[in-house]
Amino acid sequence: MADVTAPAYRIIPIIPALKPGAMEGKGPYVASDKLNEALGFPGQLVEDWHDRAIAKMGELLSKYRSLKVFMDACVHCGACSDKCHYFIGTQDPKNMPVARQDLLRSVYRRYFTLPGKLFPRLVGARDLTREVLDEWYNYFNQCSECRRCSVFCPYGIDTAEITMAAREILDSVGYGQKYSNEIIGKVHKIGNNLGLPGPALIDTLEGLEEDVKDATGIDVRFPIDVKGAEVLLITPSADFFAEPHIDSLIGYAKVFHATGTSWTLSSMSSEAGNFGMFIGNYDQLRTIAMRIRQAALELGVKRIVVGECGHAWRVAYSFWNTLTGVGDGADANDRFAQMLQKQLDHRYKQPAHICEFTWDMIQDERLTFDKSKNDKHIITFHDSCNVARGSRMGDLPGGQFEIPRNIIKAVANNFVEMAPNTTREQTFCCGGGGGLLTDDLLELRVKGALPRMEVLQNAVDEHGVNFMATICAICKAQFTKIMPIYGFDRKMVGGVHQLVSNAIQLGPK
Amino acid sequence: MASIVFAIMFYLATLLLVVGLLYRISNYARTPAPLKIPTTPAPMTTGGVVLRMTREVVFFESLFKANLWTWGLGWLFHASLALVIMRHLRYFTEPVWSLVAFIQPFGMYAGITMLLGLCGLWGRRLFVERIRYISTPSDHLMLLLLIEIAATGLLMKFAEHTDVIGVKGFFLGLMHLNIQVLPADLLLAFHLFLVVSLLVVFPFSKLLHAPGVFFSPTRNQKDDPREKRHLSAWAAKLESEK
Repeated sequence: MADVTAPAYRIIPIIPALKPGAMEGKGPYVASDKLNEALGFPGQLVEDWHDRAIAKMGELLSKYRSLKVFMDACVHCGACSDKCHYFIGTQDPKNMPVARQDLLRSVYRRYFTLPGKLFPRLVGARDLTREVLDEWYNYFNQCSECRRCSVFCPYGIDTAEITMAAREILDSVGYGQKYSNEIIGKVHKIGNNLGLPGPALIDTLEGLEEDVKDATGIDVRFPIDVKGAEVLLITPSADFFAEPHIDSLIGYAKVFHATGTSWTLSSMSSEAGNFGMFIGNYDQLRTIAMRIRQAALELGVKRIVVGECGHAWRVAYSFWNTLTGVGDGADANDRFAQMLQKQLDHRYKQPAHICEFTWDMIQDERLTFDKSKNDKHIITFHDSCNVARGSRMGDLPGGQFEIPRNIIKAVANNFVEMAPNTTREQTFCCGGGGGLLTDDLLELRVKGALPRMEVLQNAVDEHGVNFMATICAICKAQFTKIMPIYGFDRKMVGGVHQLVSNAIQLGPK
Repeated sequence: MASIVFAIMFYLATLLLVVGLLYRISNYARTPAPLKIPTTPAPMTTGGVVLRMTREVVFFESLFKANLWTWGLGWLFHASLALVIMRHLRYFTEPVWSLVAFIQPFGMYAGITMLLGLCGLWGRRLFVERIRYISTPSDHLMLLLLIEIAATGLLMKFAEHTDVIGVKGFFLGLMHLNIQVLPADLLLAFHLFLVVSLLVVFPFSKLLHAPGVFFSPTRNQKDDPREKRHLSAWAAKLESEK
């Protein structure tokens, strides 16, 4: 894919002119029969796709208030129209959040509203044709479900919810996306997104123990399947072998080591990521999350901690309690949730983010750092969308912004911010989230990264930034892939716990 | 004759508006929200959610963050409309409430600022490429309808005065199921006909954003998923089946 080039930076970040059709037919590969059927979806596009799609839409409208309200409430004010990184990067008007929503809304109006049935042209209602279905497939697979548009919508309309509904409809008629469905299949079969089997995982962890011993002279353990451990760590499987992810895994292990925390990984449940959310399928979302519940019950752990992964943290923080009971505050007669919640230690937040764990330990003065070890870095922080706009850390709203920054400042001397309208809840997606981190979408991924690359370039020019920390496995993978195309060194990207790992003091104090 | 036609139209339109909105609202209220999806950072308490919603509904907080022009024009229109509607209560109350009497002068000029806001919004829709792209014919017609309502109202106020005493008599009569004579005035008839149209379209159109915003899960949910288990009825069934 050497032919993909980076779009030029905008001199001033003005709103780009429209280029209709710019990203037409540039959607991802369609899933094969085998991949679809493994998840219980029809293998390929069914004969009666029209009726089944409309029926599915009706079902989702009755199950999700978000979809129902969002279909009705939009006034086409255009507040969201310049907020999507994919629109900014591709200039395709159908990548404007409102236009993307209207691909579905036009069909909703035709089949579910009176004016749409009577006067379709007047209200922009359309019949569901094969062209419309293909358009759905193309453009709902060009949304990373990052929720940036929902920050600016006066009615809180979240395109992610609409994308999820559209993908759910597409899957239900046998028109699934290869990358996401393949990954979900691997979780069911092997236990993680990368298809890394238990023995290979154990082997990898042993290798890591040796590496850390060689580098530090200290026996830092990477325990797995230890019954009765206090902490179960659920982390994205990329942490086990991808660069730079693995350096953060080493960081977590060092924090557990230095604080004397007994912890374990699980070979059965070796994945924090949950692509069930990306395809908007509640059953998949729930089934994947249930592995964590099962591992927690089997290993008898008291705490569940989640590694650096954006959408995984949204699922863990916002959905795990609902889906699996990992959390607090279940009704006394809720046997399903109580079974697990009685086992967990509620002096701590359940589940906790690894950054919450580390920051608590820093505040308790149970960790010491040599900050000079990070002096070679001038660091900035890229907020990951699902952490920023779909979760929290700590006790206050916005803790998800403060805690990772606090950790960076505790372990390093040089920290600068990027432009304020591109950080915190206004952060731009890396361009690879939401089930789009696949090479068949490389052009989209490169173009979608444009807004982030522009402000990073500014930070490099003004402050000499040479390290962009982030707490998301997808951000890390996406940036290492596309940043060289923008002329940056791929090693500029890394995890917060990679910086922790650099500076942490493990020997006797 | 015209009086009776208008009386019937107002009765039917009001009925449609009330029944239509109640149906919509109860539908929104009955549809479950199975997952916690507030756009974060979000308030952690009910009081906090009420504050967030108030800021959203009164000041259009999110729109303010999005685009100052749209926010300015949109807020000008909505705030003016609120004043204009309050001013019009004088045609439905006897004696006129003191608050309504107090805002009478502001309400008059609000008609002008309402028109300005609407024209600005329409200009945006016509001349900004992105907004023109996303506009449907109904988006333009809705603005046209509101502009015509404002314009006919202003004409009656500042140019071709109508018999306001007679208008008030007609509406007070309507409220007591006692149909009075509506002054014969073409401008007035046009104004009232447009208002009837607005009432009719309301529950079937994007004007549903008004009740909808209160049911938007990204704005009305508390940020407390770890502290309290949130479970919808259909999702709970999945557990009993296991």
